[in-house]
Amino acid sequence: MRKRAREIAMTLPSYGWLVLFFLIPTILVFAYAFKGTNTISSIFGPEYAVILWRTIWLSSVTTIVCLSLALPLGYFLARAQARIQKLFLLLVIMPFWSSFLVRIFAWKTLLHPEGMLRKTLTFLHIIDADTFLLYNLGTVLVVMIYSYLPFAILPIYAQSVKFNYSLIEAAQDLGATETSAFFKVFLPGIGKGILTAAVLVFIPSIGAYVIPDVVGGTSSEMIGNKIAQRIFIDRNLPQASALSSLLCLVVLVPIAISAYLHRRQVR
Amino acid sequence: MKQKWPLWLAAFVLFFLYLPIVVLIANSFNESRFGGVWTGFSLKWYEKLWNERAIWSALSNSLLIGALSTVVATVLGTLAALALYKYKSFLQKTHFGLIYIPLIIPDILMGVSLLLFFVSLKWSLGLFTVFIAHTTFCISYVAMLVRARLDNFDKALVEAAYDLGANAWEVFYRVMIPYLSPAILAGALLAFTLSIDDFVITFFIVGPGVTTLPIYVYSMIKFGSPPLINALSTVLIIVTFCIVWLSHHLSEKK
Repeated sequence: MRKRAREIAMTLPSYGWLVLFFLIPTILVFAYAFKGTNTISSIFGPEYAVILWRTIWLSSVTTIVCLSLALPLGYFLARAQARIQKLFLLLVIMPFWSSFLVRIFAWKTLLHPEGMLRKTLTFLHIIDADTFLLYNLGTVLVVMIYSYLPFAILPIYAQSVKFNYSLIEAAQDLGATETSAFFKVFLPGIGKGILTAAVLVFIPSIGAYVIPDVVGGTSSEMIGNKIAQRIFIDRNLPQASALSSLLCLVVLVPIAISAYLHRRQVR
Repeated sequence: MKQKWPLWLAAFVLFFLYLPIVVLIANSFNESRFGGVWTGFSLKWYEKLWNERAIWSALSNSLLIGALSTVVATVLGTLAALALYKYKSFLQKTHFGLIYIPLIIPDILMGVSLLLFFVSLKWSLGLFTVFIAHTTFCISYVAMLVRARLDNFDKALVEAAYDLGANAWEVFYRVMIPYLSPAILAGALLAFTLSIDDFVITFFIVGPGVTTLPIYVYSMIKFGSPPLINALSTVLIIVTFCIVWLSHHLSEKK
């Protein structure tokens, strides 16, 4: 009985805090979504369907691009000299530690109509004079890849270091090319890392708000922007909550899938 | 390696990661208002930045909230990690869920939910609500870091301490805390960084009239003059790079 009392005393501070300031507010979001007339049906109108679809495919493309950069990198990096591995990881993490807003603003400067990059590209005739680099879908995609790439590199690298590379040699001895060994031996071998990387990139992408807000335009708005607009522009809290609940459900899908795959792998 | 392309790939990734930062830093020394042309080296934007009074109040708000939420989150997070490690009950399973889920949900959801919560309670939005919000997401990070270190803990140390006549408090204070101190310190450092850097959650619950540093940077991005933000960003980047470099250096020595 004393043990139980001690457990409760140790658990209560964080448990109580998180119930009060995390669990109850989250439940409140779902409750608010049912407040007001037609709130639920209004978010399934064509206006939001476009946005939802765009959010999902932007996030999927971001995830795919980040993975396809991080996988070959992890493959080679894990076998490089220890000194190079350390240096490269430090260089990947460094920008990641500086303010998120600052990094996004840096892209705004870089792609500014009067900025260096656009002038150079127009000069080299890679783009023509009336192409704008800012405020479109492509910009949002590039900046999302930029922001979330470290989330893909780190778990894939961490898993690649544990991978037994003699399996690749064995596959090659048995007649496989290095490419097919990469796909058939290496990728399944680091499955857990791929899964973590995919979830870590996909979830923040789905909830992205600052990136489309700063470097995107009206044609590249995502769910996050709509939630903020409902809150800050028309103070429509029920509709903002309905959209947030939808976002919450969309986020739960990849988590459930990864939990399922994870359990299957452990078995 | 026989192939050259892995090197090119690594170089490309680093180029991609650093290009915007390098251009931003270079532009902060550009005399011209617009980044396109280089009209000469100048420190005038830094001078103007130094004279912006609003920055200093935003900075002091950020430091205050960062310090307070770091202290509370570090205590709560460390206790949570110990409870999770020591007991394997149903209570701890739900406890783990409560700690883990805030780590993976997008921050905009936490912002919206806390806003609704504060609005329903009719709490006025301000520094206090920001402190509550920051502490809430920092607890999880501290708890996870401390728990990771506990996974490698050798229980024989505790038994040895008891055999040598220590009581439960002495075991906690003289065995557990010294063993956990690197993880607690790392957790506190991470909590402080996250609090100082948080924009999205703060933006939803800060209310009018109060600014933290990221809120200030955002309003400058939206309405301010670009060269000033270049200068401010450069200062922030250099400060964080120095801190990361230093902590890397210190951990190397151990």
